Amino acid sequence: MTAALLFWLAGSGLIGLAVYGLIVNPHPLCKLLALNLLGSGVFLLFGVIARRGAAAGLGGDPVPQALVITGIVVAFSATAIAVGLLLRLHGEAGVASIDEEDDAP
Amino acid sequence: METGFDLALTLLLLGVGGWSILARNMMTAVIIFIAYGLLLSLAWVRIFAIDVSLTEAAIGSGATGMLMVIAAHKVGADARRVVHPSRAIHVLAGIVAALVAVGIAALAFVLPGEPQSLAGPVMERLGDSGLGNPVAGVLFVYRAFDTLLEKVVLLLALIGVWSLARDEDWGGIPGFRLFRHHNSVLTLLARSLPPIGFVFAIYMTWAGADVPGGAFQGGTVLAAMWILVMVAGVRKVPRVSSPLLRLAIVAGPVVFLAIGFFGFVMPGEFLAYPQGYAKPLIVVMEIALTLSIGVILGLLIAGPPKGEDAA
Amino acid sequence: MPLEALPVTDSTAGGALLVLAIVMPAVALVALLGLGGRGARTIVAAALLVQLLVAARVALLVAGTQAPLVYVVGGFHPPLGITLRADGISALMMVVSAVILAAAAAFAWKDFAQPRGKPEARLSLIFWSALLAMTSALNLLFTSTDLFNLYVGLELLTFAAIPVVAIKGGAETVRAALRYLLFAVFGSMLYLLGIVLIYGAYGTLATAEIAAHVTPNAATLAAAGFVTVGLLAKTALFPFHLWLPPAHAGAPAAGSAVLSALVVKGSLFLLMRLWFDTFPTLRAPDDMQLLALLGALAVIIGSITALRQQRLKLLVAYSTVAQIGYMFFVFTLVPTDAGDVIAGTAWTGAWLQVVAHAFAKAGMFLAAGLVAEILGHDRIRELGGLSAKAPLVVLAFAISGLSLMGLPPSGGFSAKFMLLVAALAEGHWLWAIVIIAGGVLAGAYVFGVLSRMMAAPAAGVELATVGRGRQLIALGLALVALLMGLLPLSPIAFLTIGRLP
Repeated sequence: MTAALLFWLAGSGLIGLAVYGLIVNPHPLCKLLALNLLGSGVFLLFGVIARRGAAAGLGGDPVPQALVITGIVVAFSATAIAVGLLLRLHGEAGVASIDEEDDAP
Repeated sequence: METGFDLALTLLLLGVGGWSILARNMMTAVIIFIAYGLLLSLAWVRIFAIDVSLTEAAIGSGATGMLMVIAAHKVGADARRVVHPSRAIHVLAGIVAALVAVGIAALAFVLPGEPQSLAGPVMERLGDSGLGNPVAGVLFVYRAFDTLLEKVVLLLALIGVWSLARDEDWGGIPGFRLFRHHNSVLTLLARSLPPIGFVFAIYMTWAGADVPGGAFQGGTVLAAMWILVMVAGVRKVPRVSSPLLRLAIVAGPVVFLAIGFFGFVMPGEFLAYPQGYAKPLIVVMEIALTLSIGVILGLLIAGPPKGEDAA
Repeated sequence: MPLEALPVTDSTAGGALLVLAIVMPAVALVALLGLGGRGARTIVAAALLVQLLVAARVALLVAGTQAPLVYVVGGFHPPLGITLRADGISALMMVVSAVILAAAAAFAWKDFAQPRGKPEARLSLIFWSALLAMTSALNLLFTSTDLFNLYVGLELLTFAAIPVVAIKGGAETVRAALRYLLFAVFGSMLYLLGIVLIYGAYGTLATAEIAAHVTPNAATLAAAGFVTVGLLAKTALFPFHLWLPPAHAGAPAAGSAVLSALVVKGSLFLLMRLWFDTFPTLRAPDDMQLLALLGALAVIIGSITALRQQRLKLLVAYSTVAQIGYMFFVFTLVPTDAGDVIAGTAWTGAWLQVVAHAFAKAGMFLAAGLVAEILGHDRIRELGGLSAKAPLVVLAFAISGLSLMGLPPSGGFSAKFMLLVAALAEGHWLWAIVIIAGGVLAGAYVFGVLSRMMAAPAAGVELATVGRGRQLIALGLALVALLMGLLPLSPIAFLTIGRLP
């Protein structure tokens, strides 16, 4: 079960990295990337919990695994909408920024 | 030996993940993120979640990565124009991030009692459905309601992306043309690969009932083939208002809803399958879903419809 | 060791209505997309009418049997399957959202029409699809008892709200939508992190099973913390409120109305559901005081910022930030040992606030939309001449304002009065002062706007005419908020039907 513990630590570290990125990177695309990293860290933790629940001849609990699949699809949907908004904003304002002060003159 | 591999993978994930956060150039960051996704799908294999691993590689790394590459290509030059926070904020962010990471890591040691699992109950009743893949069982039998709603989420994502079209461009062609590329190798690939890809996609979906795979993995393969064909210019891109395109978009959800409602008739509950017919119904549903998912993924990556002359 | 199983709850008579309330709008959405805009409004009208009937039937059944409706989807009981359950508060919110969605749709009827003989229009398809998805998502949030299913509902609600915000295009609204989306996704990721920990600790996602076994260990407390912060970000409670005003102000009027009246209530409903019904024993008084403190700051800072706005729609949006704050007093005013009259008063007050704000704010946003249409702008300094040109619009704004201020007789008064009584009875002087101060500040911004509306028009200003029908819809919503003031000022039993002891 060392893999499970190691990946729990990896998941926690990834969430920490994502939080750092969310705070310090001002550009919305960087924030979006950080949110995806955050999501993958959370999913990985769920995977470790599935692994802890290995039973009935399975290598992991299938319920969290199935939920992660749904989660990945939902996260992708959010990314698609965000990229659409980002590109439209770039087209309208000349720069994709979520702070009004950064508007192109 | 195995522990050594897992340790290396953990360090690599953190290193590559951190690099994608810290990289100055957006395109670099995005490409590193795609590599990170592939490493992550390796980790999923290591914790016995092959279905998740496939989905992560296809959607989490592949499709998401493609979207972000397109975005980084367009807005990459913004980096110099946004105001960056001060050094103090960086230090503060570092402290907050470290606290969060250590706090969550510590929870590994305090999760109470023995591991909880639904593996037993899932397997106990999986035989009734005729499915061999427990993950498919959770997605299409026990929690089919989640999966149905997730399809609505996908439709809504498409609505969200399409909502960003200009009124005058509505009914036009999705932005595929913007990266259309005439190249003999590409054309050759676009003519030869899709038939193989199509068969492979259907196989992945079909097999997903019993072994890892399923509509999403199959749908992604289909989307990749479609994008290849469109980018190479082998086929005409349909308009967003094309009835055939609309039919392909809603086919999966329609079949899903129809089977759900049929459950009211037999055996009497919404989203329950008649005794003995679960597996064939699920396979039919998944094949329709594969088509819809493939088209929707392709359209999400292509972006909102663009005007006739916006090539 | 697996947790001991709870007695199995089967579907009740009429339980299928709950699944219909969620799935029928999805059917309509699929039809809308598939048919490519043909008969778009007919489909929407039919779907919303069904919604009204279903919601009313659910409420009548709950009231009649004095017991919750239950539906076990697919016949698979938790922990494997998903169960829908409508208690008193679910039924109430289903009715409220069905009515407000129908009113907003009627208001938007002409603006989002499919032009005759023309190909499908973007505005029409996008707006109606989003409205249908919202209906489905809200009903899901009000009735699902599965934490992951609720996560899907939260995301569905967000993805339905974003196109409504961004539909007008333009840098300002697209930026508002993007900021909203980033906040919302951050919130749902934190929520999901909490769910992961809960599943790790209890091996189930069903709220009833969690409630029966919950213990205040480190993992559970961390989970509750993550879930709460995630939902606060989505509910736009101070200090997570910055995304809300530009997003709500940038949408078309009917969109702003549903966003402010209903969409923020979706995550708020879930937050209340979790703290009161899923882990009630974790409600440590000090932590709840923190939530109340954030609520108090929202009331004060939201109201003061509203006062300083130059544009009417932004003022109304900041007022939403403030009014949400009141609802958070419920966490401290309904103590863990609920059941006495004071706790019942606070509980009723909080739900009255949710409902009265929904109607008043929907009415006010529609009125503000009409104002912008009449004048061609919504600059507060230049509202002169409105009272003469469109008295019904001014009346709708004034009546909504009455409820927001909490003047009698109005739903807002009943709500705030009951919260105030509970705060005083339990010795929470500070919150009592905030409740009163918030009312005074709301009075300042509402009267500020009204006095401008009464002023003489500036020379040379041309005022457009708007249809009487839409004015009456705004007025009707405002009147509902007003008439709620006729309810007796005592705990309402319907709101406690089906609550766990």
